[in-house]
Amino acid sequence: MMLMKRRDFLKVGAAAGAMASLYGCAGGGKASGHVVVVGGGYGGATIAKYLRMWSEGGVQVTLIERNPSFISCPISNLVIGGTKTMEDITVSYDGLKSKWGVRVVQDDVVAVDAAKKTISLKAGGSMSYDRLVLSPGVDFMWDEIPGLKSADAQSKILHAWKAGPQTVALRKQLESMKDGGTYAISIPKAPYRCPPGPYERACLVANYFKQSKPKSKVIILDANEDVMSKKGLFTKAWADLYKGIIEYRNNSEVKDVEADTNTAVLEFDKFKADVLNIIPPHRAGDIAAKSGIKMINNRWVDINWLSMESTSTPGIHVLGDAVFPAPTMPKSGHMANQHGKLAAAAILNQLAGLEPNPEPVVMNTCYSFVDAKNVIHVSSIHQYDAATKTVQPVKGAGGVSAARNELEGKVAMGWAKNIWADMLT
Amino acid sequence: MKLFAPLAAVCLLAFASASQAADPNLGRNLAATCANCHGTNGNAVKGSGMDALAGMEKAKILQKLADYKNGDKPASIMHQITKGYTEVQLDLIAGYFAAQK
Repeated sequence: MMLMKRRDFLKVGAAAGAMASLYGCAGGGKASGHVVVVGGGYGGATIAKYLRMWSEGGVQVTLIERNPSFISCPISNLVIGGTKTMEDITVSYDGLKSKWGVRVVQDDVVAVDAAKKTISLKAGGSMSYDRLVLSPGVDFMWDEIPGLKSADAQSKILHAWKAGPQTVALRKQLESMKDGGTYAISIPKAPYRCPPGPYERACLVANYFKQSKPKSKVIILDANEDVMSKKGLFTKAWADLYKGIIEYRNNSEVKDVEADTNTAVLEFDKFKADVLNIIPPHRAGDIAAKSGIKMINNRWVDINWLSMESTSTPGIHVLGDAVFPAPTMPKSGHMANQHGKLAAAAILNQLAGLEPNPEPVVMNTCYSFVDAKNVIHVSSIHQYDAATKTVQPVKGAGGVSAARNELEGKVAMGWAKNIWADMLT
Repeated sequence: MKLFAPLAAVCLLAFASASQAADPNLGRNLAATCANCHGTNGNAVKGSGMDALAGMEKAKILQKLADYKNGDKPASIMHQITKGYTEVQLDLIAGYFAAQK
């Protein structure tokens, strides 16, 4: 295992040195031990780095991730829209290894033994931990769309709701579609990953059609009663930029598909599309339920907001989209990164024999492109509230863009560069 | 006893200057909520167009934050974000970034 470069170690050490001495006053020791992190997305990569950085290398961290590189969901709609490439949204795990001394293992975790504090790997063997972090993202509830249960159907009707091969495949389907064709995207009932994401995707596909296939249409089949995020800004973009191209249908839950004919089956209706993009309902990544920790509605993990620790199983922390959300909290990459830092601080306290920080804060910023350059945002700040034992949105803070604008288009890419660096380099 | 006196003094100071329940790393933790856009420890990625806050004078950071919060400084998003933090929290954040390199 590679160690942190001495120069970097000293840099981090100097920053944290003064603070570390206070641990002695509080009666706790210095944090040490082995933390295993499952999943190297926005939550997992962040906590892996921050545990190493804030412990000055004192805590050993193993990150288990099934993919060879990080591929970002945020910005991936621009790949589908044709203005960015996969290379633009792919970042190596090398920085975590060489700069921060994280042990990165490319594998899948198939079982967790919370009593013995071990995990089992798909490739064989097991690993012990002092604290376990699950950042497993989401898995799809295929039972809710029976026609999509087969691998054949899944290779034809895509979700592209995890960035990777499906992102590329959906782009290819759109490129192959004839002018005058129809692209339909379905949105599951909330909560789902990235509330504004489907509406952004509709905009960017419509932007592509407008330029390259102007007779084509975009249909949004939304299971929800209304647009779930940035409603005024999205509906204005649809009216101003994509009139006659985008059609929005609320209360249009997709119950099934007929994969042979690319048909979405709604409650009272059917809808045939040339490119059918179904985002099935989802739940916490499968390893969460397999690990036996308490779930809410069999979907999301119940956690303690002071530490992101499972309410049922001490020693297991859960981050990101997999957790049962706090009030108004979106499932987003930005938020998963914030969960990672909250949990890193808590775990280091716990490993040093201290209580977690009693007043954590997390915040969210989300930029959506409505065309190749213009962007709209939503932001929120969430402070821990001891009375309700959860993080609550701060009233009067946060909000949305006044109007779509190109300046925030540049800021959005600046956000991406900085958050990827904050996680991975 | 003499040997331990300086350490005890540091501890007393530490407790006197912060509320009893406050985590000693509160400033660090709060500043980390800014890092998504402003870079780890305020070291924004060069050329990303984001303000690098590491090593900026504390008073200057606090003034900027106050201007955003009051609406005196035009912003796309910072006027909304600054309102989410208390004055004490903004002070801790500014102090942390000012101490970074």
